Amino acid sequence: MADAGVVDPRLDDAGLVAGGVAPLCCSGVGLARGGRVLLDDVTLELARRPGVTVILGPNGAGKSLLLRVVAGLVEPDRGRVRWGPRPPDRSRATRIGFVFQKPVMLRRSVLANVTYALRAAGVPRHEREARARSLLAAGDLGHLERVSARVLSGGEQQRVALVRALATKPEALLLDEPTASLDPRSTQAIEALVRATRAAGVGVVLVTHDLGQARRLADEVVFIHRGRVLEQAPAACFFDAPSTAAAREFLDGGLVL
Amino acid sequence: MSDLATAFRDALDLLLSLDPELAAIVALSLQVSLGAVAVAALVGMPLGAVVAVGRFPGRMAVVVLMNALMGLPPVVVGLVVYLLLSRAGPLGAFGLLYTPTAMVIAQAVLVTPIIAALTRQTVEDLWGEYEEQLRVLGVSRLEMVATLLWDARPSLLTGLLAGFGRAVAEVGAVIIVGGNINHVTRVMTTTIALETSKGNLSLALGLGIILVAITVTVSALVMAMRGREGRAVHG
Repeated sequence: MADAGVVDPRLDDAGLVAGGVAPLCCSGVGLARGGRVLLDDVTLELARRPGVTVILGPNGAGKSLLLRVVAGLVEPDRGRVRWGPRPPDRSRATRIGFVFQKPVMLRRSVLANVTYALRAAGVPRHEREARARSLLAAGDLGHLERVSARVLSGGEQQRVALVRALATKPEALLLDEPTASLDPRSTQAIEALVRATRAAGVGVVLVTHDLGQARRLADEVVFIHRGRVLEQAPAACFFDAPSTAAAREFLDGGLVL
Repeated sequence: MSDLATAFRDALDLLLSLDPELAAIVALSLQVSLGAVAVAALVGMPLGAVVAVGRFPGRMAVVVLMNALMGLPPVVVGLVVYLLLSRAGPLGAFGLLYTPTAMVIAQAVLVTPIIAALTRQTVEDLWGEYEEQLRVLGVSRLEMVATLLWDARPSLLTGLLAGFGRAVAEVGAVIIVGGNINHVTRVMTTTIALETSKGNLSLALGLGIILVAITVTVSALVMAMRGREGRAVHG
């Protein structure tokens, strides 16, 4: 549990697990609120190799909630979540990048939003600004670094949020419907960043109900319906031959009730 | 009618000639009320932020209490502080009664709930927006509070101005603990009360004009800042 928030490439290498990316393991995760079962005995294992895992399912299936449980933002009633040997507690949180559906911009400049994340991750002061600058430049946001983050467009805000999440060199990047309220062009920009992240060797977990996006990005699909994992399969297998009726209906664009 | 006209003319004369007595009273007023707001901010802001972010038993009771204390009657505050500071009181040994310090204490007691309650509301709203993001960044609890206070600073400034407006305009608390002693603890509101009862309307009216000007300026500033904030949010 040591080295909370310290981002050090040597630690990445020393890693928790051979292979760099800590495997995520949920077993028997259950959660109910107000008598409604939201997550029901979710058991899920994500591979240690980098790649994009898409959590797919209709609205209200429990996708976003599962992502929050996985990130340690919500405590499940039952079951356990492990990143490698450790639970996703606060000291781990800096190693998980999280992008919310609605980007949360601190009331500061774009640059300050990124340096804030670096500071929280324990990056020494003299390195922060240069690192934030190069990250923003890589995300094609360099020209906006002095602008107040709150006046950016939704698409720009989401790109800042993504760059900020990546700033701490996370082992895994979790995205909760990051393009749900964005136009096609901003969506494209976000997807390009996600691809670049995967190429850099980071494990990505993406929640979406957008089939097109799932097809474009997924290496692996986890299909969730009514709080249960119905399928987990490589993307090609899932899209060609889903093995459950609910998934087939969802893919056919039918209503899954 | 001619009385009023005369008083008004004399008041303007006092203002325009920068009458030293009048200036001293205004200066002490500002000193006491600004001091009280400073003390109240140091106590009220962290208190409000901690209550906003904290989860502890009895939290709702604290919130209700803070909101209720916003309407604390100044006279009652004056009385309680008087009892504490008087010779026989627990803090009597410090000999603070009838000093400007006593007035600062009384007004600080009056203003702290206002600043704490407004801070609590503001920070809690912002917390709703920021919580998950800050937790995911691995920010410590203390840092969260600092971040929220910093990012909420335009609204918090509004709270400070509201507190100042209340302090500078109240008479009940300062007249009890200050005693309205000439050249020592005489502030605008207490002087107005005294001079009016003595029939010295020009000084009372002159001070009244200044006091109203200050309160109008303060609320204009509050409005201006609220407006700017609104634009920033919608922009």
